[in-house]
Amino acid sequence: MAAKIVYKQKEICVYLDGEIDHHSASLIRVSIDEAVTGKRPVLLVLDFDKVTFMDSSGIGLVMGRYKLMKSLGGKIRVQGLSAGAYKVMCLAGIERLGEVKQKEAVYK
Amino acid sequence: MKSVNELRMVFDSKSVNEGFARVAVSSFLACIDPNIEELTDIKTAVSEAVTNSVVHGYCEREGKIYITVSILEKNKVKIRIRDKGVGIENVEKAMEPLFTTVGGERSGLGFAVMESFMDKVRVSSEPGKGTTVTMEKKIFGKRL
Repeated sequence: MAAKIVYKQKEICVYLDGEIDHHSASLIRVSIDEAVTGKRPVLLVLDFDKVTFMDSSGIGLVMGRYKLMKSLGGKIRVQGLSAGAYKVMCLAGIERLGEVKQKEAVYK
Repeated sequence: MKSVNELRMVFDSKSVNEGFARVAVSSFLACIDPNIEELTDIKTAVSEAVTNSVVHGYCEREGKIYITVSILEKNKVKIRIRDKGVGIENVEKAMEPLFTTVGGERSGLGFAVMESFMDKVRVSSEPGKGTTVTMEKKIFGKRL
């Protein structure tokens, strides 16, 4: 699992890559939180386009970042979810926390 | 029901092995040609159960995790994931969505994922002895 963090003006975009489970989520959480608390963006985008697997640890990852962004008065967007990842996210009702988008291909 | 093909494995309770476990199970199941959705469902459920053993069963300490995958007649798959960890005092409570004993970022949805992605989930546990999660799913294969 890798996470590329891109800074835009008042946005932070995190491009997640690989598999998200309990093991990998704990590793990337730290780097995302450092970036967010350092830059205090208005919007945090979590991009799942290159995520090949995700279990409920992904829910924890999103919920935790949602809480952090909320405490800073910001918002969160989750994008690029595969059908499998979307199915997991739906169990948690994650769409209530912010904007949630599936992969484009899903609609085709 | 008679087992047509079976895999047994034992590995250390380490979070790094969560990925190994789900990939090993899904590789074994390749012989009955599951479709991508079925495979993803099973991988996710296995990942949840193994994570529970690592995080809760052994509380991130040393231990062994035992997995048996049985392919039964009519492409029914039975997966048993067992640990000899602390066990669960109240299984019913533990299986409630959002219930978690550890703080941090565990969503409390592990069992909810297993139950919604598999056809059947059975949990037996004894405090001090360990926990066994048995899951079943019928594989239909090339239907998507």
